[in-house]
Amino acid sequence: MSSIHVTTQVNGDAVEFLCDTRETLLDVLRDRLDLTGAKEGCGTGDCGACSVTVNGRLVCSCLMLGVEAEGKAIETVEGIAKGEDLHPLQRKFIEHAALQCGICTPGILIAARNLLERNPDPTETEVRYWLAGNLCRCTGYDKIVRAVMDAAEEMREAS
Amino acid sequence: MNKMDSAVPGEQNVSYRQIGKPRTRIDSPGKVFGKTPYAGDYVMPNMLHAKVLRSKLPSARMTRLDVSKARDLPGVACVLTYKDLKIGTVATDIPAQTGFRRRDTDQQILVDEIVRYQGEPIALVAAESVEIAEHALSLIEVELEPVPGVYDVFEAQKPDAPKVFGDDNIVASYKVRKGDVEAGFAAAETIVENTFRTQYIEHAFLEPEVGLGWEDEQGVINIRTSTQAVETFRYIADAIGIPHSKVRIRGALVGGGFGGKCDVTVELYIALLTLKTGRPVRLGYTREDSFYGHGKRHPFIISHKTGFAKDGRITASKIDITSESGPYAFMSPYVLMYATEAGPGPYLVDNVHIDSRSVATNNMYTSAFRGFGATQACIAYEQQMDEAAKVLGMDPIELRRINLLKTGDAIATGFEVQSAVWTEECMDRAWAALGEKPKDEGAIRYGHGIAAYQQGYGRMIWLHDTAEGWVGVEMDGTVVVRSGMTDIGAGQTSSLAQIAGELLGVDMMDITVYNSDSSTTPLAGTSSATRGLYMSGNAVRNAATAVRNRLAARAAQHFGVADSDIDFADSRVFVASDREKSLPFKELIATCASEGIHRSELAIFRAPFGDWIDPETGQGQVHPDYTYGAHAVQVAVDTETGEVTILKSVGAHDVGQCVNIAAVEGQIEGGVAQGHGYALSEELIYKDGCLVTPSLSEYLCPTSMDSPRIECIILESRSGLGPFGAKGIGEPGHTPAASAVANAVADAIGARVHDFPLTPEKIARAVSATRDNG
Repeated sequence: MSSIHVTTQVNGDAVEFLCDTRETLLDVLRDRLDLTGAKEGCGTGDCGACSVTVNGRLVCSCLMLGVEAEGKAIETVEGIAKGEDLHPLQRKFIEHAALQCGICTPGILIAARNLLERNPDPTETEVRYWLAGNLCRCTGYDKIVRAVMDAAEEMREAS
Repeated sequence: MNKMDSAVPGEQNVSYRQIGKPRTRIDSPGKVFGKTPYAGDYVMPNMLHAKVLRSKLPSARMTRLDVSKARDLPGVACVLTYKDLKIGTVATDIPAQTGFRRRDTDQQILVDEIVRYQGEPIALVAAESVEIAEHALSLIEVELEPVPGVYDVFEAQKPDAPKVFGDDNIVASYKVRKGDVEAGFAAAETIVENTFRTQYIEHAFLEPEVGLGWEDEQGVINIRTSTQAVETFRYIADAIGIPHSKVRIRGALVGGGFGGKCDVTVELYIALLTLKTGRPVRLGYTREDSFYGHGKRHPFIISHKTGFAKDGRITASKIDITSESGPYAFMSPYVLMYATEAGPGPYLVDNVHIDSRSVATNNMYTSAFRGFGATQACIAYEQQMDEAAKVLGMDPIELRRINLLKTGDAIATGFEVQSAVWTEECMDRAWAALGEKPKDEGAIRYGHGIAAYQQGYGRMIWLHDTAEGWVGVEMDGTVVVRSGMTDIGAGQTSSLAQIAGELLGVDMMDITVYNSDSSTTPLAGTSSATRGLYMSGNAVRNAATAVRNRLAARAAQHFGVADSDIDFADSRVFVASDREKSLPFKELIATCASEGIHRSELAIFRAPFGDWIDPETGQGQVHPDYTYGAHAVQVAVDTETGEVTILKSVGAHDVGQCVNIAAVEGQIEGGVAQGHGYALSEELIYKDGCLVTPSLSEYLCPTSMDSPRIECIILESRSGLGPFGAKGIGEPGHTPAASAVANAVADAIGARVHDFPLTPEKIARAVSATRDNG
């Protein structure tokens, strides 16, 4: 099978890769670009562990083909922190103990950041509905929701 | 959100520097960066990719198996069937931890003739890519001839039923005979009888089973995998026919377990393929593989007949328990034991009669799941208490209050619990936290529900459980902990760091924990059975205490004071009665190093050992100790649609002593969410042994949208057997949550749905039945 050449941007960096047409974006990120933060929890778009943004839109990278990334800007959990400087969401997740096993965490951080970009002042219900596509089996979501609300408040005050 | 209560008369002066605080876990930063390597993130050069061919039928005879086309496919390195196995079976007992192995509990590794459940593995393939491995699976020619199976626990007990296990399909059975149950019923004013059913459910850890195996320079088969138990190396070695010392399990931080990663799954297939090919082999389950490929939570059918005196006191309790084991034993006998022991709940009952059995069928096999049978027992005894309160015309809280076990009382097996039994305090506080019940509005009705519980922590005492731990101090004053315990996301390793840090006066962030390596970390047993902190925490505490004592003796000599006057904090050693006299910790370490004073220790912790309970009476000690607490829930039920919204959910537990309070809350909150799903939406549906819900779009775990705020009320009796008086909380947080939801729903609609889960359909039907009757 011949590979397709794809030019894209990942976490702000220009990236080129070759991939088979059947490879998902998640496969490409993990196997070709060594970005293993996004996880495959189901492969069917039900759990959200592979969440990334594509041109600012939240997607399950297991449901998108790698070749569809052509010309797009992809953002993954690895791009959330600026070097060693944690994003407020990351800091608040640590502070609120909003993670346990951590498999859902990369997807939830990406989803939460995407929410706060669209809506800097969400209600608790809005947070709960926005994150409903990201399953977590360890935390019961409570600490996650609190961490997101707290980060939103801090980010509003800082802006 | 939490409320703390550490009021213990006489012990209020106990204070710790790190223990009990809401500390950031040492594993958190890597996880928020997305940089933590999990078992599935490891790759190696020249690595093969594996796939498992599974039976599509639940009960069949294999009449043909031809893998020649698959073997001939370019890129296929290896195809294994039963014919290629030196040994055909693998143990399903508690992972090789206790030195003894129950008879007749092994499982065939690959189908050799008879298929006993849908998804049973038939062949293994290793190929250059996942795609080639998948293609090879499709080229394997299998002919399966259906044979009559049995898919119902009552059918399975009939004499002419197809035999799945032994000659009677009974995997285990127990009885409890305490007091005189008939006399108890004769003395009763009221007798209440009910039968409750629970369903198959799935752990649904977010990280499906995965591992990577390779052979090292000593010929050892190494397997990096996501497991709750590194001791499985022994069973894997036995099953592939090499010495125990030639298999090494290296865990990684685990992406959730909940009991579902205790049994051997991918690691055995990886070991077989690595041994055969001599190349690294990676096997990652898809979500669908995970649905078909590991044991589920046992469905139970539990009948209660309870006698009550006029004042509400229980006079007799007769309980009949049936659990479904599927075709292989796995943890079923032990899970049944937990359910039997917990049968009457956290109540003082003098006359108890329990019969229990675990029955084999051709539905999926069942094994460990958070709570280990005590959860299902709670679903029955707590709904029974509410039903009894209704019949007796009593307040459900007051009925419980009259009957709750108190500290020092004997439980169903006659064992007198030595630690604090603070169920009543937990119940009152959880119930009070619900506040006023809102007034019904049209079709929306509100309900409050409570559930109290008893959950053993640690292993059953006849398993003679031990854990080892190693603590050492580096030359710069930082500390290393080694423990075989796995970290399944609950913060197990972090708690060990906190314990060693407390004792050695070093911040937990200056402590490195090496864990879950079956060859280089001292074996500590599984992270299951609410034993992680109890067992490994005590082992590390013992080791750190021994190191501390030696260092303190040297420091005492330096300062010219008694050993007992030496204390450690903030990486300094000082005289407690004169804090001006102090040294940097690392200076003390340098002195000890130059004088050859041993700065490390390997310690063992032994849980209480005992014999089996009396098989005729069920009397004796089962667990080292128990955790007690209660959960309260407020729901709104739409009586037109049957939809339930959980508005408040409050867990109150006596955890003995928090090590990391944030982690304790995490265990409670996560367990509660799993309980909400158990009560309302989660169900693995098997139709004649075939799973009809093999995806996360059909198997419905709670989402953030379905979940309410969860309040934790944490009490500390400091009476547990864990480090610093801790009790276990890993399972207990989950145990009463589903029962409380069920009681709240019944309170709202004025009717009981006896069969879990409480789906909108069942609730709407129950509502309309009350209308028809009323």
